[in-house]
Amino acid sequence: MSYVLIIGAKSDIAKATAREYAKNGYDLYLAGRNISELEVFAQDIVTRTQKEVKLVELDILDYASHQSFYNNLEEEPLGVISAVGYLGEQEKAQSDFTEAQKIMDTNYTGVVSLFNIIADDFEKRRSGFMVGISSVAGDRGRKSNYIYGSAKAALTAYLSGLRNRLYESQVHVLTVKPGFVATKMTEEMDLPEKLTAQPEEVALEIYKAQQSAKNVLYTKWIWKWVMLIIRNIPEFQFKKMSI
Amino acid sequence: MSLMSWGMYPKIKNTVFKFTTAENLKEIINTNDELIPYGNGRSYGDSALSTNIINVKPKDYFLDFDEQKGLLHIQAGVLLSEILEHYVPRGWFLKVTPGTKLITVGGAIASDVHGKNHHVEGCFSECVEAFTIMLADGETVTCTKEGTPDLWKATCGGMGLTGVILDAKIYLKKINSQYIDQTTIKTKNLKETFTAFEAYQDKPYSVAWIDCLAKGDKIGKCLLMVGDFRDDGKLNYKLKAQKSIPFNFPSFALNNWSVRAFNWLYYGKSKNGVSKQRVDIDTFFYPLDAIGHWNRIYGKNGFTQYQFILPKETSYEGLEEILTAISDSGKGSFLAVLKLYGKANDNWLSFPIEGYSLALDFKIEKGLFELLDKLDEVVVKHKGRIYLTKDVRVSKETFEKGYPNIEKFRTFRKKNKMNSKFQSQQSKRVGI
Repeated sequence: MSYVLIIGAKSDIAKATAREYAKNGYDLYLAGRNISELEVFAQDIVTRTQKEVKLVELDILDYASHQSFYNNLEEEPLGVISAVGYLGEQEKAQSDFTEAQKIMDTNYTGVVSLFNIIADDFEKRRSGFMVGISSVAGDRGRKSNYIYGSAKAALTAYLSGLRNRLYESQVHVLTVKPGFVATKMTEEMDLPEKLTAQPEEVALEIYKAQQSAKNVLYTKWIWKWVMLIIRNIPEFQFKKMSI
Repeated sequence: MSLMSWGMYPKIKNTVFKFTTAENLKEIINTNDELIPYGNGRSYGDSALSTNIINVKPKDYFLDFDEQKGLLHIQAGVLLSEILEHYVPRGWFLKVTPGTKLITVGGAIASDVHGKNHHVEGCFSECVEAFTIMLADGETVTCTKEGTPDLWKATCGGMGLTGVILDAKIYLKKINSQYIDQTTIKTKNLKETFTAFEAYQDKPYSVAWIDCLAKGDKIGKCLLMVGDFRDDGKLNYKLKAQKSIPFNFPSFALNNWSVRAFNWLYYGKSKNGVSKQRVDIDTFFYPLDAIGHWNRIYGKNGFTQYQFILPKETSYEGLEEILTAISDSGKGSFLAVLKLYGKANDNWLSFPIEGYSLALDFKIEKGLFELLDKLDEVVVKHKGRIYLTKDVRVSKETFEKGYPNIEKFRTFRKKNKMNSKFQSQQSKRVGI
């Protein structure tokens, strides 16, 4: 048995990633809140691939439960993929700290809490892989979503440090930075077609990048260059812009 | 963003609805008219185009597989390619498959598609045990051939005009190889082509590629390809990475001369007489799927496929007449596919009847529709019919003459209040 643990499993990227890993021979733990909603989806993967799929309840904001959540997994996972994400509403988060905190805690604090636990275990085992889905929004703060962006920036920095720490233990850490992806989260937005990836494309790229031990993955690839430009706009200019 | 069909013609504005639950879909149906279900957008013309489009593709769950019966239960948005990807390695293949695997199961039922084995296995509906469909009143019913015969006959081949197919149970076929022993027969004229088809009728799969620009006594010369699965236990099937045409070619790229050159190369590379090859599933069944967006080679104005079938008795005469007309017109067709079909089924709008069918691609250009109108006259004269799944321009009169059960279909739609609820550009044009 070879299990991969996917957290935040109800997101569209997570579901596409789950299919990709199952197709390539992995069994799956799918974790998230009200996870029983994924029963039909789990059956889909089983019917497609004959792999094992186990649904496990996880509240990423209930930090105290994370250790027992991990200990209770029957099989030690070969790797973990976090697709946890909460976009929230920027404007609301500016004036309502509860919303701001939810954005920060979901995207950053919660993932750190769980990844710390898993990192310790993988480090001891001297094997495993950890994939964190961050965002291009974390590459530079913009007025349209800087609270979400700052949480993702923190996650990106965390993953970078974690990669540095675990290098010696042969545990690989992959940072994924998707640009626009056509998912439930972005359903209401009018996204430019050429810059927008389908969840299946993102999933395939994650799988390939993880298998080849790549460090940072921009997806679609063009975002690497888009963000290079955006990061290099001088601040005196950037502050006047609306992008 | 508006959706297009595979032919990229016509381009019309439309609103696209997605749904997650049956309640969502019911609300969409209750509050809108002129709806049409849309799968993977592979029908060529305007059969899945309307003001309001219901996108069924995201409904792509595999629900269950009964290994004993070979019965697969899937949602309507599942692509045939996904079934192959997961089930060929386990020794299963589709009982009926068209020349592309990039269509949804819902679309396969709505078009009642057929393939190289029509003369043996019939249309896609023949491998369907049951499907569920949401009707115009938002009610979901399970449809079987015996249980709800009228709904079955209207829906299989009914171009999405009876409701939204949600899921289906289909029988798969056991195979023991992903390879096919193919025999290629090169013929010199239409007479030889017909003789070859008859001679190889016991082969489960057969199709011919015709050189449409051949003139005089060479008219109807073809490469007939027949085959059957091998029995070598090699089932290591993997979807291949696709090469893709990244943008629309300029519309002058395809002209009489480039098509002539292609046909010459294609026809020329094959040995004279009879030759044998071992080919894989994708090469044999889905040669064009290897190139993503191949529709772009026809340029931004788009293209159409003209597919008709003639009863066996009139096939020879009719085909000779049509091939001569095309050859005289000089309008190049890249692909012209000829096939001998088996018996028709009972579905009211299913295309196949016993006889020869020819399918030709044309880029949309001035004078094309006039040519096709002329070809229609020949088809009607010989008691043939046009395939709605490919069509974008046939007149109501021509269409009606080909389908004697059309009134049953119309009455059924009216009785069940489907006719304002579900409509496509095509259904309005041909009055169904």
